[in-house]
Amino acid sequence: MSDATSGGAVPAAGSRRHGSILQLDARTKKRNAKEARFRAYGLGAIIIGLVFLVTLLTAIVSNGVGAFQQTFIEVPVYLDPQKLDKTGNRDAAEMAKVSTFGYTPLIQQGLLDLVDREGIDAPFEKAGDMKALISASAAAKVRDYVLANPDALGETRGFELLASSRVDGYLKGRVTQESVERDRNISAEHLQLADALREIGAIRKGFNSEFIFGADASESRAEQAGIGVAILGSFFMMLVVLAFSLPIGVAASIYLEEFAPKNRLTDLIEVNISNLAAVPSIVFGILGLAVFIEFAHLPQSAPLVGGLVLTLMTLPTIIISTRASLKAVPPSIRDAALGIGASKMQSVFHHVLPLAAPGILTGTIIGLAQALGETAPLLLIGMVGYIATNYPDGISSGFLDPNSAMPAQIYEWAKRADPAYYERAWGGIIILLVFLLTMNIIAIILRRRFERRW
Amino acid sequence: MNDMTLLERGVQTDDIKISARNVEVFYGDTHAIKNVNVEIQDKTVTAFIGPSGCGKSTFLRCINRMNDTIDICRVKGDILLDGEDIYDPKVDPVQLRAKVGMVFQKPNPFPKSIYDNVAYGPKIHGLARNKAELDEIVERALRRGAIWDEVKDRLHSPGTGLSGGQQQRLCIARAVATEPEVLLMDEPCSALDPIATAQVEELIDELRQDYSVVIVTHSMQQAARVSQKTAFFHLGTLVEYGATDRIFTSPEDPRTESYITGRIG
Ligand SMILES: Nc1ncnc2c1ncn2[C@@H]1O[C@H](COP(=O)(O)OP(=O)(O)OP(=O)(O)O)[C@@H](O)[C@H]1O
Ligand SMILES: [Mg+2]
Repeated sequence: MSDATSGGAVPAAGSRRHGSILQLDARTKKRNAKEARFRAYGLGAIIIGLVFLVTLLTAIVSNGVGAFQQTFIEVPVYLDPQKLDKTGNRDAAEMAKVSTFGYTPLIQQGLLDLVDREGIDAPFEKAGDMKALISASAAAKVRDYVLANPDALGETRGFELLASSRVDGYLKGRVTQESVERDRNISAEHLQLADALREIGAIRKGFNSEFIFGADASESRAEQAGIGVAILGSFFMMLVVLAFSLPIGVAASIYLEEFAPKNRLTDLIEVNISNLAAVPSIVFGILGLAVFIEFAHLPQSAPLVGGLVLTLMTLPTIIISTRASLKAVPPSIRDAALGIGASKMQSVFHHVLPLAAPGILTGTIIGLAQALGETAPLLLIGMVGYIATNYPDGISSGFLDPNSAMPAQIYEWAKRADPAYYERAWGGIIILLVFLLTMNIIAIILRRRFERRW
Repeated sequence: MNDMTLLERGVQTDDIKISARNVEVFYGDTHAIKNVNVEIQDKTVTAFIGPSGCGKSTFLRCINRMNDTIDICRVKGDILLDGEDIYDPKVDPVQLRAKVGMVFQKPNPFPKSIYDNVAYGPKIHGLARNKAELDEIVERALRRGAIWDEVKDRLHSPGTGLSGGQQQRLCIARAVATEPEVLLMDEPCSALDPIATAQVEELIDELRQDYSVVIVTHSMQQAARVSQKTAFFHLGTLVEYGATDRIFTSPEDPRTESYITGRIG
């Protein structure tokens, strides 16, 4: 170091005289300046990180919060028995023959009548002109109601129906009277009518529970699409991942860490596990396609296959974190157990594993969270692009029937042309993040609970 | 504590409990123990003394095969316990360690309650038939570890919350609770104050009635106080082994003399 060379000869031991401690010497000043600079860097780094985080969250929330609101339109519909039950004997099988096409004109007529009755000035005469205001899903809703309550036939009932995605967009500011000029689906007059209906309370915005619990819809019915079925798909996938990766991962780590002899072979395995953790997830996807679908003939797009593929991906993460937490247990604990005649297995299961449990849990939940957000491998086994319009009926159907997953659903929506789907994609991301946050909180709580037992 | 009182309580027998023949230990390329031959008697306290790094702990760990847990460690030669070779392939080291207990150089209580620390050994070896018996075993062990009075009111608080010296006595109690035939102690008093040390020494002397105790110590006075036999190690070799009073009064080897008079180590 520079200070030792300046004086030439090294001073004899004990001959060094220190100055007053009230005055900072040059070295101390330099050291303090270094420390202050380092603190400033650290603080700067944290601020940059926070700024990114806040920007991201603001963007997500501001773009996605709209998906949780939906525009509804209250229409009194005359349930004309002439049209809906031609035989007149209320026979369920006969009534079911009337498709949604039979209901659509009645709904549209109902809305037109409402407009007339309220004396709203609108340049529309035909019932078909109301098509632009009401979601195409409305007919199915009314039909379901009639089939469930055949007594309602011949009466006028009020229905709260979804407004079309253009009207919804108009109320949320996404669509304006100018922007619809060249829109074939809706005109500026329709939007003016929507304003008028809003004034009399027939059109209003409400909480959109269908978005959270509902199924996906076709491309032209953005207002109807929900992420609920995809949430179930993700849920079943996570069950598969947890059921396979936790026992396999923990068993493999315990074996490698505590029992396996340290030789070439185990070194090789160790290196390969680390490498696997860095393999791009799409590689696991194509492996899953080849092994689970083409070779084992498991069903395509099924959460079971998705879960198996994600298990492959999660295993290295779990193994690495489990081994790290096993390594962190002081060897003296193992010695203590062995020293009083516990077997290797007893020392591991009674003493080492409980101490490593918080770390294992955290690693597992992080692995699961990663798997929950993974999209690429699902591309190759057909979960991305599958339109999840049906709820699985029952447990085995949940595992084996085609379904989507949350990130796949978000990707699917982001891909669609209708700007209404853009909002849904952001909304889906909010839901995904809520799930991830919940998992992290669970991880923290479990960790605390385990650690409190020292 | 008076030196003489302990030595006078002679129940010495000439039965050989452990006999080591041509023992060599290697850590990778390091030759840590070189051709050690020693016969340790039953119902006797044997002290291992010697300068730091001479291989006392290493040799002690050979006796209950704790060295098996170190990958790079290799042991050659024979160690017989009651005439049976403990390195025989048929021997399960787990069974051996229940018979040859150990107290380590650094206190290492389990991160569990004081009670569970002591009860663990009896539990896994099935020494207690019910809770009452287990309670009794735990109390007796803690009393023998000279720590009962300090912990009897907080048996269910963590063992890691004790002071260093208390932890070491807890570890002694834990080792005693499994009723071993041989007790290996690696510097058990290095973290203890003089009063606790005296209590542990008394315990060691008491254990001698039933067990064979091997103790590693850096304190010449302690070796003189508690042991009947002393072995002096130097640079991996056993330099001198004999009755404690003879080793301390008329050592044969000049290295032993230098060490006990404080010139090496
Ligand atoms: N786990 C190990 N790996 C490699 N070398 C070791 C290991 N343990 C001990 N050694 C070496 O073996 C020799 C003997 O060590 P040992 O611990 O037996 O000494 P000791 O006599 O107990 O010393 P001390 O009185 O300081 O405890 C030393 O040279 C040490 O470096
Ligand atoms: Mg030692």
